[in-house]
Amino acid sequence: MKSYKSDKKYLYADRKDKNHKGKFLMSMRFDISGGNLDSAGEASSTIKSKLKQLGIGYSIIRRVAIASYETEMNIVLHANRGTLSVYVAEDHIKIIAVDEGPGIPNVELAMQEGYSTATEQIREMGFGAGMGLPNMKKCSDQFEIHSDIGKGTKVMIVIFF
Amino acid sequence: MGLKLKQVVEELDLKVLTGEKLLNREIKGGYTSDLLSWVMSHAKEGSLWVTVQSHQNIVAIASLLDLAGIIVAEGVNVEPKTREKSEQEKVCILTTDKNSFEISGLLYKLGIGS
Repeated sequence: MKSYKSDKKYLYADRKDKNHKGKFLMSMRFDISGGNLDSAGEASSTIKSKLKQLGIGYSIIRRVAIASYETEMNIVLHANRGTLSVYVAEDHIKIIAVDEGPGIPNVELAMQEGYSTATEQIREMGFGAGMGLPNMKKCSDQFEIHSDIGKGTKVMIVIFF
Repeated sequence: MGLKLKQVVEELDLKVLTGEKLLNREIKGGYTSDLLSWVMSHAKEGSLWVTVQSHQNIVAIASLLDLAGIIVAEGVNVEPKTREKSEQEKVCILTTDKNSFEISGLLYKLGIGS
Protein backbone atom coordinates (compact mmCIF):
# COMPACT_ATOMS: atom_id res chain seq x y z
CA MET A 1 0.00 0.00 0.00
CA LYS A 2 1.35 3.36 -1.01
CA SER A 3 0.68 6.13 1.38
CA TYR A 4 1.38 9.80 1.34
CA LYS A 5 1.34 10.11 5.10
CA SER A 6 1.77 7.47 7.75
CA ASP A 7 -0.90 4.81 7.92
CA LYS A 8 -1.07 5.10 11.65
CA LYS A 9 -2.29 8.64 11.58
CA TYR A 10 -4.83 7.79 8.93
CA LEU A 11 -6.27 4.91 10.94
CA TYR A 12 -6.43 7.18 13.91
CA ALA A 13 -8.39 9.71 11.90
CA ASP A 14 -10.82 6.97 10.94
CA ARG A 15 -11.25 5.83 14.51
CA LYS A 16 -11.74 9.36 15.63
CA ASP A 17 -14.51 9.58 13.11
CA LYS A 18 -16.32 6.70 14.71
CA ASN A 19 -15.91 8.18 18.16
CA HIS A 20 -17.40 11.42 16.93
CA LYS A 21 -20.47 9.73 15.51
CA GLY A 22 -23.63 11.34 16.75
CA LYS A 23 -21.84 14.62 17.26
CA PHE A 24 -21.86 15.50 13.58
CA LEU A 25 -24.10 18.41 12.69
CA MET A 26 -24.61 16.79 9.33
CA SER A 27 -23.29 13.94 7.26
CA MET A 28 -23.84 13.21 3.59
CA ARG A 29 -22.83 10.37 1.34
CA PHE A 30 -22.94 10.26 -2.44
CA ASP A 31 -22.38 7.44 -4.88
CA ILE A 32 -20.34 8.61 -7.85
CA SER A 33 -20.14 6.60 -11.04
CA GLY A 34 -16.96 6.66 -13.07
CA GLY A 35 -17.12 8.03 -16.60
CA ASN A 36 -20.42 9.80 -16.08
CA LEU A 37 -19.48 13.34 -17.08
CA ASP A 38 -23.12 14.39 -17.48
CA SER A 39 -23.90 14.39 -13.80
CA ALA A 40 -20.37 15.27 -12.70
CA GLY A 41 -20.37 18.02 -10.10
CA GLU A 42 -23.86 17.30 -8.80
CA ALA A 43 -22.67 15.86 -5.50
CA SER A 44 -20.48 18.93 -4.94
CA SER A 45 -23.40 21.23 -5.75
CA THR A 46 -25.60 19.46 -3.21
CA ILE A 47 -22.85 19.62 -0.59
CA LYS A 48 -22.43 23.33 -1.20
CA SER A 49 -26.12 24.14 -0.86
CA LYS A 50 -26.46 22.05 2.32
CA LEU A 51 -23.50 23.87 3.89
CA LYS A 52 -25.04 27.18 2.89
CA GLN A 53 -28.24 26.16 4.65
CA LEU A 54 -26.21 25.46 7.79
CA GLY A 55 -25.02 29.05 7.66
CA ILE A 56 -21.37 28.21 7.09
CA GLY A 57 -19.26 31.13 5.87
CA TYR A 58 -18.25 31.68 2.28
CA SER A 59 -14.53 31.09 2.63
CA ILE A 60 -15.09 27.67 4.20
CA ILE A 61 -17.75 26.80 1.64
CA ARG A 62 -15.36 27.75 -1.15
CA ARG A 63 -12.63 25.48 0.19
CA VAL A 64 -15.06 22.60 0.65
CA ALA A 65 -16.47 23.20 -2.85
CA ILE A 66 -13.01 23.03 -4.42
CA ALA A 67 -12.06 19.93 -2.43
CA SER A 68 -15.31 18.09 -3.09
CA TYR A 69 -15.36 19.03 -6.76
CA GLU A 70 -11.81 17.86 -7.35
CA THR A 71 -12.38 14.57 -5.50
CA GLU A 72 -15.67 14.03 -7.31
CA MET A 73 -14.06 14.72 -10.70
CA ASN A 74 -11.16 12.40 -9.94
CA ILE A 75 -13.63 9.56 -9.35
CA VAL A 76 -15.56 10.43 -12.51
CA LEU A 77 -12.45 10.78 -14.67
CA HIS A 78 -10.26 7.99 -13.32
CA ALA A 79 -12.23 5.40 -11.33
CA ASN A 80 -15.00 2.89 -11.98
CA ARG A 81 -17.10 4.06 -9.08
CA GLY A 82 -16.74 5.62 -5.69
CA THR A 83 -18.34 7.34 -2.75
CA LEU A 84 -17.97 10.87 -1.49
CA SER A 85 -18.79 11.42 2.18
CA VAL A 86 -18.92 14.69 4.05
CA TYR A 87 -19.06 15.03 7.81
CA VAL A 88 -19.75 18.38 9.39
CA ALA A 89 -18.58 18.57 13.01
CA GLU A 90 -18.56 21.49 15.40
CA ASP A 91 -15.10 22.67 14.49
CA HIS A 92 -14.33 21.03 11.17
CA ILE A 93 -15.61 19.48 7.97
CA LYS A 94 -14.23 16.15 6.82
CA ILE A 95 -14.44 14.89 3.26
CA ILE A 96 -13.72 11.24 2.54
CA ALA A 97 -13.58 9.95 -1.02
CA VAL A 98 -13.16 6.24 -1.63
CA ASP A 99 -13.05 4.77 -5.11
CA GLU A 100 -12.73 1.47 -6.87
CA GLY A 101 -10.35 2.06 -9.72
CA PRO A 102 -6.85 1.68 -11.09
CA GLY A 103 -5.16 3.33 -8.13
CA ILE A 104 -2.25 5.76 -8.40
CA PRO A 105 1.13 4.08 -9.06
CA ASN A 106 3.18 7.02 -7.81
CA VAL A 107 1.31 9.22 -5.36
CA GLU A 108 4.18 11.65 -4.87
CA LEU A 109 4.34 12.26 -8.61
CA ALA A 110 0.57 12.67 -8.78
CA MET A 111 0.80 15.30 -6.05
CA GLN A 112 3.01 17.46 -8.26
CA GLU A 113 1.25 20.32 -10.04
CA GLY A 114 0.89 19.60 -13.75
CA TYR A 115 1.33 15.84 -13.55
CA SER A 116 -1.63 14.01 -15.08
CA THR A 117 -2.49 10.66 -16.62
CA ALA A 118 -5.69 11.93 -18.23
CA THR A 119 -6.37 11.07 -21.87
CA GLU A 120 -6.05 13.61 -24.67
CA GLN A 121 -9.84 13.69 -25.01
CA ILE A 122 -10.31 14.55 -21.35
CA ARG A 123 -7.62 17.22 -21.54
CA GLU A 124 -9.32 18.89 -24.48
CA MET A 125 -12.33 19.36 -22.23
CA GLY A 126 -10.15 21.28 -19.81
CA PHE A 127 -9.76 18.48 -17.29
CA GLY A 128 -6.53 16.67 -16.53
CA ALA A 129 -4.44 19.77 -15.91
CA GLY A 130 -2.68 17.90 -13.14
CA MET A 131 -4.05 20.30 -10.55
CA GLY A 132 -6.71 18.15 -8.91
CA LEU A 133 -4.73 16.62 -6.07
CA PRO A 134 -2.62 19.76 -5.47
CA ASN A 135 -5.82 21.82 -5.33
CA MET A 136 -7.33 19.45 -2.78
CA LYS A 137 -4.24 19.65 -0.64
CA LYS A 138 -4.02 23.43 -0.91
CA CYS A 139 -7.51 23.99 0.45
CA SER A 140 -7.29 21.45 3.25
CA ASP A 141 -5.87 21.73 6.74
CA GLN A 142 -5.28 18.00 6.83
CA PHE A 143 -4.84 15.91 3.71
CA GLU A 144 -4.22 12.21 3.37
CA ILE A 145 -4.20 9.95 0.36
CA HIS A 146 -3.78 6.21 0.05
CA SER A 147 -3.79 4.21 -3.11
CA ASP A 148 -3.80 0.50 -3.84
CA ILE A 149 -2.79 -0.39 -7.38
CA GLY A 150 -5.61 -2.17 -9.15
CA LYS A 151 -7.99 -1.57 -6.26
CA GLY A 152 -8.58 2.09 -5.69
CA THR A 153 -7.78 5.32 -3.91
CA LYS A 154 -8.90 6.86 -0.66
CA VAL A 155 -8.62 10.56 0.10
CA MET A 156 -9.31 12.30 3.38
CA ILE A 157 -9.55 16.06 3.67
CA VAL A 158 -10.17 18.03 6.85
CA ILE A 159 -11.02 21.71 6.85
CA PHE A 160 -11.21 23.49 10.21
CA PHE A 161 -13.57 26.38 10.83
CA MET B 1 -19.92 49.97 -7.34
CA GLY B 2 -18.98 47.41 -9.95
CA LEU B 3 -20.38 46.97 -13.42
CA LYS B 4 -23.39 44.80 -13.94
CA LEU B 5 -23.68 42.02 -16.48
CA LYS B 6 -26.16 43.96 -18.58
CA GLN B 7 -23.80 46.92 -18.91
CA VAL B 8 -21.04 44.63 -20.15
CA VAL B 9 -23.46 42.93 -22.53
CA GLU B 10 -24.34 46.32 -24.01
CA GLU B 11 -20.81 47.73 -24.10
CA LEU B 12 -19.21 44.67 -25.66
CA ASP B 13 -22.14 43.56 -27.77
CA LEU B 14 -22.34 40.12 -26.16
CA LYS B 15 -25.09 37.66 -26.91
CA VAL B 16 -27.12 36.53 -23.91
CA LEU B 17 -27.46 32.78 -24.36
CA THR B 18 -29.00 31.94 -20.98
CA GLY B 19 -29.83 33.78 -17.78
CA GLU B 20 -31.66 36.80 -19.19
CA LYS B 21 -33.04 37.38 -15.69
CA LEU B 22 -29.61 37.39 -14.09
CA LEU B 23 -28.24 40.44 -15.89
CA ASN B 24 -28.47 42.62 -12.81
CA ARG B 25 -25.67 40.65 -11.22
CA GLU B 26 -22.64 42.68 -10.26
CA ILE B 27 -19.24 41.79 -11.70
CA LYS B 28 -16.46 41.84 -9.11
CA GLY B 29 -13.60 40.68 -11.33
CA GLY B 30 -12.58 38.53 -14.25
CA TYR B 31 -10.74 35.31 -14.96
CA THR B 32 -9.71 33.70 -18.24
CA SER B 33 -8.71 30.05 -18.59
CA ASP B 34 -9.81 26.81 -20.22
CA LEU B 35 -8.25 24.56 -17.62
CA LEU B 36 -11.03 23.77 -15.19
CA SER B 37 -8.88 23.05 -12.16
CA TRP B 38 -7.14 26.40 -12.60
CA VAL B 39 -10.47 28.16 -12.71
CA MET B 40 -11.61 26.17 -9.70
CA SER B 41 -8.68 27.27 -7.58
CA HIS B 42 -8.16 30.83 -8.85
CA ALA B 43 -11.42 32.39 -10.06
CA LYS B 44 -13.00 34.47 -7.33
CA GLU B 45 -16.61 34.86 -6.28
CA GLY B 46 -18.46 37.29 -8.53
CA SER B 47 -15.95 37.02 -11.35
CA LEU B 48 -16.84 36.86 -15.00
CA TRP B 49 -15.16 33.81 -16.54
CA VAL B 50 -13.92 33.79 -20.14
CA THR B 51 -13.40 30.38 -21.75
CA VAL B 52 -13.76 28.39 -24.96
CA GLN B 53 -15.03 25.34 -23.07
CA SER B 54 -18.72 24.82 -23.66
CA HIS B 55 -19.64 21.45 -22.11
CA GLN B 56 -21.96 21.31 -19.13
CA ASN B 57 -19.23 21.05 -16.52
CA ILE B 58 -18.53 24.78 -16.90
CA VAL B 59 -21.91 25.41 -15.29
CA ALA B 60 -21.04 23.34 -12.21
CA ILE B 61 -17.85 25.34 -11.78
CA ALA B 62 -19.54 28.72 -12.17
CA SER B 63 -22.24 27.67 -9.74
CA LEU B 64 -19.86 26.20 -7.14
CA LEU B 65 -17.72 29.34 -7.15
CA ASP B 66 -20.65 31.80 -7.35
CA LEU B 67 -19.19 33.38 -10.46
CA ALA B 68 -21.05 36.33 -11.99
CA GLY B 69 -21.33 34.48 -15.29
CA ILE B 70 -19.49 32.83 -18.17
CA ILE B 71 -18.44 34.30 -21.50
CA VAL B 72 -17.95 31.57 -24.09
CA ALA B 73 -15.56 33.13 -26.60
CA GLU B 74 -14.63 32.58 -30.26
CA GLY B 75 -18.21 31.89 -31.28
CA VAL B 76 -17.96 28.39 -29.85
CA ASN B 77 -21.25 26.55 -30.07
CA VAL B 78 -22.68 25.90 -26.61
CA GLU B 79 -24.18 22.43 -26.25
CA PRO B 80 -27.94 22.23 -25.49
CA LYS B 81 -27.19 20.27 -22.29
CA THR B 82 -25.03 23.14 -21.08
CA ARG B 83 -27.81 25.64 -21.74
CA GLU B 84 -30.33 23.49 -19.91
CA LYS B 85 -28.07 23.10 -16.92
CA SER B 86 -27.27 26.82 -16.80
CA GLU B 87 -30.98 27.64 -16.62
CA GLN B 88 -31.40 25.14 -13.79
CA GLU B 89 -28.38 26.38 -11.87
CA LYS B 90 -29.06 30.05 -12.58
CA VAL B 91 -25.76 30.67 -14.32
CA CYS B 92 -25.69 33.35 -17.01
CA ILE B 93 -23.91 32.35 -20.23
CA LEU B 94 -22.87 35.07 -22.65
CA THR B 95 -21.21 34.49 -26.01
CA THR B 96 -18.99 36.47 -28.33
CA ASP B 97 -17.22 35.87 -31.64
CA LYS B 98 -14.12 37.61 -30.28
CA ASN B 99 -11.32 35.43 -28.93
CA SER B 100 -10.51 35.08 -25.23
CA PHE B 101 -7.60 37.53 -25.42
CA GLU B 102 -9.62 40.26 -27.11
CA ILE B 103 -12.66 39.96 -24.89
CA SER B 104 -10.55 39.83 -21.72
CA GLY B 105 -8.74 42.97 -22.86
CA LEU B 106 -12.01 44.75 -23.50
CA LEU B 107 -13.36 43.72 -20.09
CA TYR B 108 -10.20 45.06 -18.49
CA LYS B 109 -10.60 48.30 -20.37
CA LEU B 110 -14.12 48.63 -18.94
CA GLY B 111 -12.57 48.58 -15.50
CA ILE B 112 -12.96 44.93 -14.62
CA GLY B 113 -9.72 43.97 -12.93
CA SER B 114 -8.64 40.55 -11.79
